[in-house]
This record gives sequence, C-alpha cells and structure tokens, in this order.
Amino acid sequence: MPNLKDLKVRIDSVKSTRKITSAMKMVAAAKLRRAQEQAEASRPYAQRMERMLGSLAAAAAGQAGAPKLLAGSGSDETHLIVVATADRGLCGGFNTSIVREARRTANALLEQGKTVKFICVGRKGRDQLRRDFGERIIDTVEDIARPSLSFDKAAAIGERVVAMFEAGEFDVCTMFYAEFRSAISQIVTPQQLIPFAAPAKADNGNGDDNGTDEEGGNDALDGAVYEYEPGEEEILTALLPTNISIQIFKALLENAASEHGARMTAMDNATRNAGEMINSLTLVYNRTRQAAITGELIEIISAKEAM
Amino acid sequence: MAEGKVSFELVSPERLLLSEEVDMVVVPGEEGDFGVLTRHTPLISTLRPGVIQVHNGVAVSESIFVAGGFAEVTPARCTVLAEEAVAVGEIDRAATEQRLSDARDDLLDAKDDAEKASAERRIAVAEAMLQAAA
Repeated sequence: MPNLKDLKVRIDSVKSTRKITSAMKMVAAAKLRRAQEQAEASRPYAQRMERMLGSLAAAAAGQAGAPKLLAGSGSDETHLIVVATADRGLCGGFNTSIVREARRTANALLEQGKTVKFICVGRKGRDQLRRDFGERIIDTVEDIARPSLSFDKAAAIGERVVAMFEAGEFDVCTMFYAEFRSAISQIVTPQQLIPFAAPAKADNGNGDDNGTDEEGGNDALDGAVYEYEPGEEEILTALLPTNISIQIFKALLENAASEHGARMTAMDNATRNAGEMINSLTLVYNRTRQAAITGELIEIISAKEAM
Repeated sequence: MAEGKVSFELVSPERLLLSEEVDMVVVPGEEGDFGVLTRHTPLISTLRPGVIQVHNGVAVSESIFVAGGFAEVTPARCTVLAEEAVAVGEIDRAATEQRLSDARDDLLDAKDDAEKASAERRIAVAEAMLQAAA
C-alpha cells in the first residue's frame, strides 16, 4: 500500500509537469502562427522565381554550355545531404523522423559505394547523426531561427553549398526537411537542390496568390519567347545560386512551421496524459486515505467492544 | 486591368513588398535603365544596384532602392525580384556609410578572389545606395 505522503508528492509533481507542458503548447501555438505567416509571405517570391526559372531552364537545358548547377557535374559519386532539423527537442517524433529518412538515404548511397557528406542545420540532427556518420558531418549550423529566421541566413548556407559545388566537393545535393501540412501532419521531404530539378508543373497559385493580377491573361505567355538582358546564360548563372538560397529558405521556413506544429501536438498529448495520470493518482490517493480511516474506525470500535 | 496600366510587383524573399497598377516603372537593368509601359516586349533582365521609379501620371509616386535582383517583364506586368529593397526616403545614410567602409575593409582583407568579388559587390551596392539617397 503506497503511503499517503508519497502519493501527494507524486500528484504535485505531475501537476507541475502539466503546467509546463500546457504552457509550452501555448507558446508553440503562437510560434506556429507566426511561422506560418512567414512561410506564406515568402511564397510570392518563390513562385515568381520558379516561373522565371522554368522558362529559362527549358530553353537552356538542352544546350551544351548549360551551367553546371543546371546540368550537374556529370557524375553522381559524392552526395551532399543537408539535414534541416530543430535545435530543440520535446517535439514528438519530428527530429527523429527527418533524421531517419536522411540516414536511410545515406545508407543506401553508401551501399552503392558513393561518398556521402552531411551539413546539419539544427543541433538535434547533428546529435543524432554524429554516432553513425561522425566524420562525414562537415558542418553544423545552429540557432538559425534565433532571434528570427531571415533570408540572409539561408543565403549564407546557399552560398556555402554553391561554393562547395564549384570547388568540386560534391556532385549532387539533397536537402531533407519536414513539409508542413497541419499541426498533426508533417511530411519529411527530400528535395534535390543541385543539379536543378525542374519542379513539376506548379499547380499552386490558387488561393495563396493575392489574386491582384488576372492570371488567365498571363498564362497565355508561358512558353513565350523572352528577350534576355544581358544574356540567357548570364541570367541563369545569376539566377541559379539565388534559387538555391530561396529553396533553402523556403525549406527552413516550412521546417520551422513543422517544428512548432509537432511540438504543439506533442505537448498537447503530454498535457492530456498528465491529466489522466493526475486523475488516476488522485483516485488511489482517496482510496488509500479512506482505507486508512476505515482501518482506524475498526480499531476504535473493536477496542470499545472488547471493553 | 485598367487600360494603359501595367501591374507592377516588387517581391523580396521575405514578402511581397508592393503590388499595384501603375502607368510606368523605370527599372535599373544590368545594361541600363529601362522603362516599362504596358505592352512591353517580354523581357528577363538582371538588375544592378539602383533605384526603381514608379510613375503614376506625370509624377514619380515612389522611388525604391534595390540592391540587385531580377526583373521579368511581360506585356501586362512587371515583376521585380529583389533581395534587398528600401524606399529611397528611408535610407539611413550613416548606416550605409558604415556598410561602405566595412566592405572596403573586407576588400583589403580579402584572401581569395571570391571574397574580393563579394566585397566589391557590397561596395557597389553601398555606393549606389548613397548616390540614391543624395
């Protein structure tokens, strides 16, 4: 029989845990809203960039002198994997599922005899990968979302990746992040950054566009011949690295929203579980107390009768 | 869409800065400024650091400094993708001069060509910014 004092102590400790988790849940909800707003605000740029790049890439893809970022380096021996995770835990399976996906890809590549390198964005990813791929992790970027995620920070990573590519340090670059669907569903997505993979015909634009311009009239221009200033190639060489930074920026924004969503759900569950635990502990506590009282009563009554 | 107007959009990676119907917009292209009126020929151009002027009627309704980027022009619209954009009136001279001298220091400290090029680019941006503010 557990004694009353121990039970009381446990109930109090679970109660304070519940207070913490419910506060974390509310903080995550607020951050999620902000992250979602930021992700939405960044969409117009990415969309227009995609539109521009789409028409350029289609024109340049077949040509011999196409930039390397578009055409690739001609081999796929060395792979760079950029793993975007959170800096903090307590967000359910968020970090683990991204890392698991990245690890699986890396192992598959290693089995084929390829070389794999990692860049970790986020402390948690590095911590989990370090055991298996310690010496393959070439860099870790930490605290990217503090105080806030900005394009400059994403661009710094982008420039680094492009510089490494140009130095011939890898052939293919893939980024792993969690795409945000809703607070309870985040989908781990691998995205190839280098060589540039033309996006599947964009079917977004409905609803999230401001609808200020009449898209119908513009669509007629897709595939139209543009004039290029200064030249097609110069524009492409300027556009492709920017695009990589943008893709990274977009992925990091999605990831931030996913992280807060995952944390919100995890903390919601934790709060609920703590509530259940308090209920069952309180029940045991009351029963024990009652049993003690009953025991004492019996003692008194039987003592009285014996007299 | 109003007759004779071109829909102009200025977008930065972080958000949509400006989206409006204007009479004309003058964009600092890599190879020289160009004005965009409605029914302009389709064009994609890179931008040099400079000032975008938005014209409505006879007056310049807005001047915005951009540090570079891309412009996409079609007969009906003009989209500018800028990495950094500041309204000319809001340029902080002191901060820009600081940037300029920082960039100059970096140029002196530059160890390889890439660093040098990046410092030179930042010098060009800061100089253009000062010029725009003048």
